[in-house]
Order: sequence, then structure tokens, then C-alpha cells
Amino acid sequence: MSNVRLYMEFFKGFWKENPVFRQLLGMCPTLAVTTSVINGISMGLAMTFVLVSTSIVVSIIRKIVPNQVRIATFTIIIATFVTIADLFLKAKFPPISKELGPYVPLIVVNCIILGRQEAFAKKNPLHKSFLDALGMGFGFTLALVILGAIREFLGSGSILNFQILGGWFEPWVIMILPAGAFITLGFLIALMNVIDQRLRSAV
Amino acid sequence: MNIILIFIAATLVNNFVLTYFLGICPFLGVSSKIESAVGMGFAATFVMTLAATFTWLVYHYILLRFNVPYLEYVSFILIIASLVQVVEMFIKKFSPELYRALGIYLPLITTNCAILGLTLFMVLREYNFLESIVFGFGAGVGFTLVLLIMAGIREELEFADVPEVFKGAPITLIIAGLLALAFMGFSGLIGSA
Repeated sequence: MSNVRLYMEFFKGFWKENPVFRQLLGMCPTLAVTTSVINGISMGLAMTFVLVSTSIVVSIIRKIVPNQVRIATFTIIIATFVTIADLFLKAKFPPISKELGPYVPLIVVNCIILGRQEAFAKKNPLHKSFLDALGMGFGFTLALVILGAIREFLGSGSILNFQILGGWFEPWVIMILPAGAFITLGFLIALMNVIDQRLRSAV
Repeated sequence: MNIILIFIAATLVNNFVLTYFLGICPFLGVSSKIESAVGMGFAATFVMTLAATFTWLVYHYILLRFNVPYLEYVSFILIIASLVQVVEMFIKKFSPELYRALGIYLPLITTNCAILGLTLFMVLREYNFLESIVFGFGAGVGFTLVLLIMAGIREELEFADVPEVFKGAPITLIIAGLLALAFMGFSGLIGSA
């Protein structure tokens, strides 16, 4: 039984409590970096790393942190891991780091991370917090990849830099502009609502 | 001249909400009523101007001087958090009325990505002291402006016949997209923005 529950902790991040589509958290990196799939993947993985590491640390120290200073403590832990992720990207993948720009450091103020600490890691044991963070991180990455794929496909006719549509295709420039990000996400959430309605009426 | 350009760029051309996607959370959450949009906007503008001032000083006179620029994120977020706290106590003491008006929005600002984003952009673009202050103020004004426009539209939207699945977040995002398109018209104001 407990195994089933552990799976639930992991998989809820994908659909039921997907941080982007369902909870509307962490919007700024979601919209800003998803001009291509590769950006979405790197942002998602950086985010997952920070989220998982922070959740592990918070879950370990959850009993010794006084309640009044918990937010400040969490924030400093998050900022530390973000610095690690940022320096790692700068050293190993300079082009990606350049592409993502200030949105990597902005993970610090991403509401998903602080939100998970408040809602989950501070009151759950290590293994559960770990699974929760991993699921949320992957759910976030998945959302970014879907958005990135749609915008890259329509905006430049390619996926992962492979040209799919031929020369006849006139790229929809708006899709890689900010306006395209808002509109695509709006339609995706509406689509999710439609699917949810169908599922519910089927049951 | 440069100062004016920075102000216009931060307010209209490179609006924080519509081109950098910073401060989207309050934008989606708070912008359903004009009154709360005004409160949030003013509080944010206030903190943004102060944050630009203080982080500039700390970055140039402490972090660079002691050669520890990698502490940038940790120290900036601490500065912003304590700044918000100080501002809150100050307003509470000297203007209880303003405090009641801004009250709930002040603590929320700490986790507003627009503030941290602002300080990061400031460092990235190597603005000098005066330019940073103007940049902070301009970004705040731009944020307030978009929040207000959005609140106005959303108040009207309550009477519109929106399809069921588009209610709430989807329609707001699509409106934001159209606003972003409209704001692109301002890009002609600055040659190479």
C-alpha cells in the first residue's frame, strides 16, 4: 500500500498537480526560455536539480529550523544551489548559459521551489520529499518541453534544431516572440481543461 | 539623454511583464481588481527603486571590492527580503493609512521575480548609480501600468461570454499575449532595443 502512495507522490507532478498547467507557478522561466526545446530541457533540468537538492536539505533539517526564520533559511538554501547550478552551466555549457541568461539565477525566486518546501518538504520525511520534488521537477520539465516544441515548430519550423518543415514554410515569427508564449500557454491550459472534462464525464 | 532612454525602455519598450515575463505571478493573481492593482503597483515601484539603489551599492562597494561576486544571488535576495521588511515597518509606523492600503502586498513582493530580475539586469548591463535608480523606477512604473491595464480589461471581462474551458487562467494569458503584441508597437521609440 505504501508503495502505491509513493508512486502517487512522484506522478502527481505530471498531471494532477502539474506546477505549470495546474498550479500556474513558476511562470517567468516557463514563458521566457521556451523559444526552443533545448532551452526548455536545460531550464527544466536546472530547476529539477535545485528543487530536489533543496527539498533534501530542507527535509533533513526540518526539525531544527525555528518556524519564524524558516522562509529566510529556505531562501538561502535555494540561492546556494542556484549559484551551484549557474556556475556549473557557465563552466560546462557556456552557450546554453548565455541563452538562458538571467533566468537561471531567477530560479531563486521561483514560487515552485519555495512552494514545495512550504507545502511538502518541511513536514515530510526524506524519501517522500525526494520523490515529490523529483516528480514536480519532471512535471515542470515536461511542460517546458511541450511549450518549447510547439513554439519552436511553429516559430522556426524545426524541432531540436532539426529542420522539419521545408523552405516553403513561412515561420510564424510571433511564436518565438513574447506574445506567442502567452497565447500558446493559454491554449494549452484550455486544452487541458477540455481533456479533464472529457475524463470526468467518462467516469 | 541616456537616462531618459533607459526610463522609456524600462517602462514601455522592454516592459518587465510583457517582454521579460517578470512578475507574472502577481500579474495573474492580483490584476483582477483595479484597486489592488494600484496598491501592488505602487508598493512594487517603491521597493524596486530602493532595491536598485541598495543592491548597486552593495554590489560595487562590497562584492566587487572583496572579490566575491559569486555571492551575488544570495546577497541580493537577502537585501530584497530585509528591504521589504524595513519598508513595511517604516510605513506601519509613519503612515498607518498607506500601510493598510499596501499591507498584504508588501510581503508578497519579496518573492516577486521582477525585483530580483531588475537587480540582475542592472548588474548585467553595467549601469552606473544614477542609471540604476532610474532603471528601477522605470521598471516599477511599467509594471504598474501593465497591471492597471490588465485589471481594467479583466473587470470588463466579467460581463463577457467566455467559453467554459477558457475561463480563468487561459483567457488571462491570451489577453496578456495580445497586450504584448500591442506593446511591440513601442519598439520604434528606441532604435536598437
